[in-house]
Amino acid sequence: MPDRPLFLERASFRRRRLGDAARVLPVLAMMLMLVPVWWVPRSLSYAGGAVWVFTLWAGLIVAVRALHRALLRAETATIRASEDHAKITVHNAP
Amino acid sequence: MPLNALVISCLAYAALMFAVAYAADRAAARGHVRWLDHPLVYTLSLSVYCSAWTFYGAVGYASRSGLEFLTIYLGPTIIFCGAWWGLRRLVRVARMHHVTSVADLISARFGKSNRLAAMVTLIAVIAATPYIALQLQSVRLSFEVFAMDPRGVVTADALGGTALWVAIGLAAFTILFGTRNLAADERHHGVVTAIAFEAVVKLAAFIALGIFVVWGLADGPVDMLARINRASTDPRIAEGWLLKPDRWTALILISAAAILTLPRMFQVLVVEAADEDRLHVAGWAFPAYLFAMSLFVLPIAVMGRELLPADANPDLYVLTLPAASGQNLLALLVFLGGFSAATSMVVVCAIAVATMVSNHWLVPAWLALRRIPVGEDTDDLRGFVLNARRFAILAIVAAGWVYHQASGGAAALAAMGLVAFSGMAQVLPAMLGGLLWRGANRKGAYAGIGLGFTLWIGLVFLPSVGIGGDLPVPQGMDAWTAAVALSLALNTLVFVGVSIFGFPDPVERFQGLSFVSAIEPLRHSRTASADDRAEPLLAMARRIWGPEAALRYFQTEARRQGKSGYLPDLTPDFLTGLERRLAGSIGSATAHAMIDRVAGGVALTVADLLQVADEAQRAKEETQRLEAAQAELTRTARQLHQANEKLTTLSVQKDAFLGQISHELRTPMTSVRAFSEILKDPDVSDPDRLRFAAIIHDEAGRLTRLLDDLLDLSVLESGQAQLNITVVNLHDLITRALEAASATRAERGFLIDRDLPSEHLGLITDPDRLLQVLINVISNARKYCDAVHPVLIIRVQRPQAGGAIIDIIDNGSGIDSGRQSLIFEKFARLNDPARAGGAGLGLAICKEIMVTLGGDIGYLPGQGGAAFRIVLPQKPAGGTG
Repeated sequence: MPDRPLFLERASFRRRRLGDAARVLPVLAMMLMLVPVWWVPRSLSYAGGAVWVFTLWAGLIVAVRALHRALLRAETATIRASEDHAKITVHNAP
Repeated sequence: MPLNALVISCLAYAALMFAVAYAADRAAARGHVRWLDHPLVYTLSLSVYCSAWTFYGAVGYASRSGLEFLTIYLGPTIIFCGAWWGLRRLVRVARMHHVTSVADLISARFGKSNRLAAMVTLIAVIAATPYIALQLQSVRLSFEVFAMDPRGVVTADALGGTALWVAIGLAAFTILFGTRNLAADERHHGVVTAIAFEAVVKLAAFIALGIFVVWGLADGPVDMLARINRASTDPRIAEGWLLKPDRWTALILISAAAILTLPRMFQVLVVEAADEDRLHVAGWAFPAYLFAMSLFVLPIAVMGRELLPADANPDLYVLTLPAASGQNLLALLVFLGGFSAATSMVVVCAIAVATMVSNHWLVPAWLALRRIPVGEDTDDLRGFVLNARRFAILAIVAAGWVYHQASGGAAALAAMGLVAFSGMAQVLPAMLGGLLWRGANRKGAYAGIGLGFTLWIGLVFLPSVGIGGDLPVPQGMDAWTAAVALSLALNTLVFVGVSIFGFPDPVERFQGLSFVSAIEPLRHSRTASADDRAEPLLAMARRIWGPEAALRYFQTEARRQGKSGYLPDLTPDFLTGLERRLAGSIGSATAHAMIDRVAGGVALTVADLLQVADEAQRAKEETQRLEAAQAELTRTARQLHQANEKLTTLSVQKDAFLGQISHELRTPMTSVRAFSEILKDPDVSDPDRLRFAAIIHDEAGRLTRLLDDLLDLSVLESGQAQLNITVVNLHDLITRALEAASATRAERGFLIDRDLPSEHLGLITDPDRLLQVLINVISNARKYCDAVHPVLIIRVQRPQAGGAIIDIIDNGSGIDSGRQSLIFEKFARLNDPARAGGAGLGLAICKEIMVTLGGDIGYLPGQGGAAFRIVLPQKPAGGTG
């Protein structure tokens, strides 16, 4: 396997870290939904609870949207980087 | 609002649904799928999750248990937070294997076992029936709200039939748009579009009501929060609304499981998805939809409690609240929203469960009952599968209605929904295990699902219908939570335990590798390239997809391999692809069994498995580029090989033909010479002279014909043929051809089977040349068809692009697949020369004529006799050249 140039690593590195974030997000969401209810059920049962749940929920929706946009951008960047890489390889070929 | 107006608007709305579905199906049939495939339509179709239980039940649930109702929507939100790596992968694997339902997914993963699928189907049917009953009940209750006069008495007696009429209408809609075709990818554009439309109505109705309640009845959000806090000072409400952490957790987990395992959710989430990319949008848009649907639930519940009499049913606050405030139009909109929620759920659920019932119960049972040898079962399986689905849809909707009648509709709406959720959740351990853990095996899945199912029946389902009591649990714990936790925990434990100690068979290990690593598996059958094996496979595919679709698929595959004609080689690639496409129509287990039966697949061995050990798979990624190049080479090599084989055969034939043609030319020459010799003799009597002259004339005629044929062919081949293009009716041409050909072996009484209406097609072509082709093909059929009662079938179709396709099929023994590629070559003659009485140029001339006319003629294999297909373009390519 040939050594890949540094800029390719950079694009795919970013994509992988975003992928990790996508894996962590559902676990984080679950923790945020479950832990407070075990902790202080009484103060989350009425109006305060409603504000808490809907704020958390809206935050999650925005987070997922931002994450997906970033992931799509990173994916396109990786594809472009590997295409550039392929072009360079073709140039260097005898 | 008068009941009549309500019924009329309801019928008008239903008619609109039919129109939307019909228009979408038509657009899809014409290939206009761009907006049908839009991620937004996909996201909206997911809202089938919000059934009548959400629409009416959520408010009731909230007024009884406060914020706990949110768990049903928070669970799916967690799952969609993981859409990028979790759901995308599920959709990709399921699309790769052409999975048709959640039962099919489990069956395909665990060694294509139909019994496992049948068991999952049983759970789905048991869970779906009360759930459908719940939808029918909600429609009936919402009608009753409007039928009530001010004294609270139901006025219309006819209301008893509401549930029945709704059930009949829904079954009709589902059958009409859900069982149109047996497409290999199982998508229903019409249904999905109608569902998406209903999703918009649902959301609009609920938000309109919410805005009216918060800003119309209350005094904005701040006042709303104050009212919620004021309500919670009532000790009864405070007690009921207090969140119980164990129930909160269990409900979130169960609803997260439900979004993956409920048959209707699997249908819209996985089966109807064209690819996994639409989850980029759905990942945030679906949680946003749920958010919008839940935002106003608590305000409506609180205002309902404040404003409505204490004995009003909280499940119907959404209707009674606007009705009591005199907002009739809003009440009608809400009613239509609830109607949408109930109907979309029933339609999708019926399609999903009916697919399972037909693929895993009815079709395998039918195939097992009719054990007839391969090749003799020529009946149309496609019709049976579609009818099985229609029957299953009727049965499921009918079961829901019977349940509704029997239960009397007393139970609170929410209870039934949770029962269905927890039942389907029993499938989750096997499903997740199968997708994430290669060690999971079939015995484990059997044990886990079986135990979970039994516990669910005993601890959740039966108590919910009033048989048996709740689980005795420690003080302070919720009985339902305990039962669900117990059944799921034991289910998972047994599944993992049995899997650890079991050893799966090779097919299963193969599927395990494919599902867990999301790579395309190969079917390792070591069947040699026996060409004649492909024909029974084609015949089988015809029975399931219909003739045209099967021929198209086989032709594409053959072309991909670099072969012409309709019969590809039985490579592992081709067999795998064929099996998975068939699985898309009839389920993986049945498809696997059928292909094995026809192609005689060799059993998979452990040695085969070692070849594809996972290390090798990793190396494969590196060598993929190489493989592509190699595939190209193989294709070229196969083409060359085919060409070479043909050339060799042709060369042998050409030699034989040269001998043949010399002989053909010499025989008449000899007799001409001999008889003209005799004629020189002055002693020949007049009658004899006349006779000999006639013989000489006949022989000269034969020579001329032979030379004419050869000349004709060379003119056609050189591309200098003069075409005489006019407009002509194909029906007249076929009739003339049949008359002209009837002289050939006139003693044979042929039964001609024509489809007269379809023949009346105007064509722009050279009628004389086309007539020549038709006469030739029909005469050939008359000459060579060896059936005792010969039948000639002529079928004409008009393709999308114009022109015509003419199929001419007899019921004789046909042509061996090995020789099919030779019959259109010059000098080819399959039978002995004595019988043929020609030089073997007929079909070669036909081929040249058709090429000159811009069309084609070919042999159609697998039609139960010799069959030729003549394809004509709309008009000849090169004008009158």
